[in-house]
Amino acid sequence: MKNTFSRQHLLFLRAQRIRKVLVHVAQVGVLILLVGLWELSAKLGWIDSFITSCPSRIWNTLVELISNGTLWQHIWASTWETLAGFAIGTALGYAVAVVLWWNAFLKDVFEPYIVVLNSLPKIALGPIIIIWAGTGKASIITMAVLISVVITTITVLNGFLATDKEKALLLRSMGANRAQIFVKLVAPANVPTLMATLKINVGMAWIGSIMGEYLVSKEGLGYLIVYGKQVFKLDLVMTCTIVLCALAGLMYAIVALLEKAVTRKY
Amino acid sequence: MKVLQLQDVSKVFYTKTQETEALSHMSFDVNEGEFVSIIGPSGCGKTTILSLICGLIAPTSGKVIRQSDNAVGYMLQRDQLFEWRTIERNVYLGLEVMHRLTAENKAHANELLKKYGLWNFRKHYPQQLSGGMRQRVALIRTLSTNPDLLLLDEPFSALDFQTRLEVCDDVYSIIKKEQKTALLVTHDISEALSLSDRIIVLTNRPATVLTVHEPKLNAIAQPLKRRESPDFAPQFELLHKYLHGEKP
Repeated sequence: MKNTFSRQHLLFLRAQRIRKVLVHVAQVGVLILLVGLWELSAKLGWIDSFITSCPSRIWNTLVELISNGTLWQHIWASTWETLAGFAIGTALGYAVAVVLWWNAFLKDVFEPYIVVLNSLPKIALGPIIIIWAGTGKASIITMAVLISVVITTITVLNGFLATDKEKALLLRSMGANRAQIFVKLVAPANVPTLMATLKINVGMAWIGSIMGEYLVSKEGLGYLIVYGKQVFKLDLVMTCTIVLCALAGLMYAIVALLEKAVTRKY
Repeated sequence: MKVLQLQDVSKVFYTKTQETEALSHMSFDVNEGEFVSIIGPSGCGKTTILSLICGLIAPTSGKVIRQSDNAVGYMLQRDQLFEWRTIERNVYLGLEVMHRLTAENKAHANELLKKYGLWNFRKHYPQQLSGGMRQRVALIRTLSTNPDLLLLDEPFSALDFQTRLEVCDDVYSIIKKEQKTALLVTHDISEALSLSDRIIVLTNRPATVLTVHEPKLNAIAQPLKRRESPDFAPQFELLHKYLHGEKP
């Protein structure tokens, strides 16, 4: 098989490979350029690194946070809240979508409520959540759940409703009941929808947990950012933001890998 | 023996703005072992008839009488294979739904897979198979539950012309080999002529039976060969005229 490619084909493949490498090189280049420019501007006094921080100060802060062990504590706190919000929000949103798919009457009844809930900025519920759920982790997780649950329901329900009607007809002709249609057709057909929802929810859950930590918290990256702002330590704010970027990116990558593995057949 | 009887069946659909009479006082029978086709102008309610026979909708008046309580085998326009299931699990689908996935029935399904050259593909996924093979899997899925009546809803219309002729031959020979009764719904006159023992011609909406035509081609075993018979063209002309409103 290997040697059956024509010369033109090999040239084409080579061009494709080179392009791919160039994209990666350019991506890394942009990062190096930005970081370098930032550092240089600070060193040459073009910008005030007290306000903007700079890569070397961020690095030093990072090393310090790691060596005194506080970084892991905060990362763990935020990650835990995010994962809890992510899991509960996705599961709850999926369950609601199943109920609304099952019963068209309920779907029609609740449609306007869902639309309103979806447009509502969930941060506005912050004070209510604090009073109801207290000033602990429960409030933060509730916020993460609220932000991810409605969008999950909407996306998943749309997927359910868009499932091939002909396939449902086939199952019904075999005498399938609604539960069988869900288990044999609707659920498996919407695994790609679920995976897409998971990807959206990674971002949503992080928004929720960090916003929750802004409101109430004693630990976590959101807490550190607010603390850094209050004592005007921009190094700390920037460091935590970058750690947050890395964590969210990592979680997204894990979900993307899962998606790739699961949806290969679809 | 009559596998299926429609007695004076009417069906009316209601929407917000109007009521549509899809079928009006329709009666016909299908006998055991027969291959019967229903042809009619497009939009005359052919699919409604199939839904009635399946029991998915109830007639507004009249009776649909089936010989047995078994679910019919319904074969749709496209193969409707489930992409996430292997070929064998697609074939077992009907048995699973009916809670009849016993060792015995599984063996029967496997037998069909072997007999019709799909055994080696049983662990493949549908997208790895050609259109013709997929349609054959769909047929075997239909046969695996051992229905007494097969309903074919334009099962070849999604295929390109060349493949359609081949698959048509293929499906016909399998149905005959398994000695099944089949009711085909189509708008393709030549397909109906090349396959059927009897052709039920429907009128425009509200559909009723215009006439029943018996092709004089039954002596020829292969649908493809029937198309080459000198008797084919005149009968085609005749049916074509019926579909365009000429009275028999």
